[in-house]
Amino acid sequence: MTAASTTVARTTPAMGGFNLTFLGLEVRRMLRNKRTLIFTIVMPIIFFVVFGLPQKDALIDGTNVTIRAYYMVSMAVYGAMTACASGGSMVAVERALGWSRQLRLTPLRPVAYVAIKILTAMVLGLIPVVTVFVVGGVTSVHLEMHQWILCGLAAWLGALVFAALGLFMGYLLPSENAMQVLGPVLAVLSIFGGIFYPLAGAPQILQDIAKFIPVYGVGELARAPLGGTFHWTSVLNIVIWTVVFSVGAALAFRRDTKRV
Amino acid sequence: MQTLAVDLQRVTKKFGSLTAVDDLTLAIEPGEIVAFLGPNGAGKTTTIDMLLGLSRPNSGTISIYGGKPEDAIANGRVSAVMQTAGLLKDLTIKETVRLTATLFPHARPVGEVLERAGIDEIGDRLVGKCSGGQQQRLRFALALLSEPELMLLDEPTAGMDVEGRRDFWSAIREDAMRGRTVMFATHYLEEADAYADRIVLIRSGQIVADGTTAEIKAMASGRQVRATLPGADTRALADLPGVDDIELRGDTVLIRGKDSDGVARYLLNHTAARDLEITAHNLEDAFIALTSGDTNGVEALEGSTR
Repeated sequence: MTAASTTVARTTPAMGGFNLTFLGLEVRRMLRNKRTLIFTIVMPIIFFVVFGLPQKDALIDGTNVTIRAYYMVSMAVYGAMTACASGGSMVAVERALGWSRQLRLTPLRPVAYVAIKILTAMVLGLIPVVTVFVVGGVTSVHLEMHQWILCGLAAWLGALVFAALGLFMGYLLPSENAMQVLGPVLAVLSIFGGIFYPLAGAPQILQDIAKFIPVYGVGELARAPLGGTFHWTSVLNIVIWTVVFSVGAALAFRRDTKRV
Repeated sequence: MQTLAVDLQRVTKKFGSLTAVDDLTLAIEPGEIVAFLGPNGAGKTTTIDMLLGLSRPNSGTISIYGGKPEDAIANGRVSAVMQTAGLLKDLTIKETVRLTATLFPHARPVGEVLERAGIDEIGDRLVGKCSGGQQQRLRFALALLSEPELMLLDEPTAGMDVEGRRDFWSAIREDAMRGRTVMFATHYLEEADAYADRIVLIRSGQIVADGTTAEIKAMASGRQVRATLPGADTRALADLPGVDDIELRGDTVLIRGKDSDGVARYLLNHTAARDLEITAHNLEDAFIALTSGDTNGVEALEGSTR
């Protein structure tokens, strides 16, 4: 038997190689990473239990939103954001390992690869939203059905901004350490962006600065269905940072596909 | 005329001021097994990268089965086992093959390529826990998925122990029986000798010798007679039996041929030749001479003495 007699149809894959088996294996891979699981799933639950639960039925100053509900939604945002950022930053790990070079030996199109990365990040990001909400709902938080759904969707979809940030950093930072840099950065942004404590009680100057911080808008938007003090500047915050991170990711991606 | 598997025409690739591949022309027929032999830094990987569309030449043309390298990758006609290509440590062997298989519309079955690469028994092992040889065979399995017509192997056994190297080559050789065109880069002379039909010797981005293994050996195994002979009669010398080539360098004459004894006898008995010297080469000498130093390769071969 010769290769010539082995008739092989020579066609290229549909959708540039994007497919659900690939996506499924990518998600499975991410779930094998213990560090990712601790930071995206375990930590948000611990934060909620430590900071949120002891507040009983206390309300945030000037609103009728409970501190527990605030922490539950904020921690869902934090978990989804960390998951999405680490999902996006996987491109750095894969390039450092040389896996992106191995993929260049296949028909996979770079755009399909990025789409798989973003969707993997989104699947991963859904997990902390669900787990934190389950813990919150079972222990102490009472919301209307539409609030559960709207808060959850906003926390989850808002985290897409951070998938873009993860990709941007992943293409920018040359090593496997993208997430080691990104993790602490996200934590600091969360402290000053109103994710780890309600800004209502903070000095005015910190409240003003917070409005410019990337995580602020997503947090405010996700908590908006709870009632309280939502302002449309939060949407502006989300739009601007989405544009910044996406353009950055797109430019870094274009530069990256030229080399291997 | 049959389309060439590989057709490189006057290809040059520069990195800044360094010319990695220098005006290289090379044609490979379908079904050939070619060793791309040369020391580190000779331009082997750079050439293979260009054949795979991973980088573009500064000038010259490259075609794979008559088409662009990018298209040959996209339709699975060419595949490669690359020294520098990484694997994901947190997937198992089988998962890695399954994942890659999804990218080819007509991929061979996962079980089949695992078996052909000789890793079907360790399919559930995490890649991070596999030896270098096992990972290399996984790369080979991945390269088999598209049933390529041309397979490029870049230093496929670098860093493997003797046993791993032997197993790897027996898997490759078994598979090459199917009539696939194979081109492998190596700096191990014995690998080129044992597994290739044809050897292309490369140094400083240029081809210094190209022929069947037998030809390369013959080229190197002939003997050379060197003598000081002012005003040598090259025509008379060329008429001697078994003489292949004569070269004059000032007062020195260099005569290559199969019958070095006959040439020496003639020179000493019938001419004023003195300082006579007979040298022989083996393949190792030829390789070293052809691929090192900064003189032109052929001169280096002539000049190499024991």
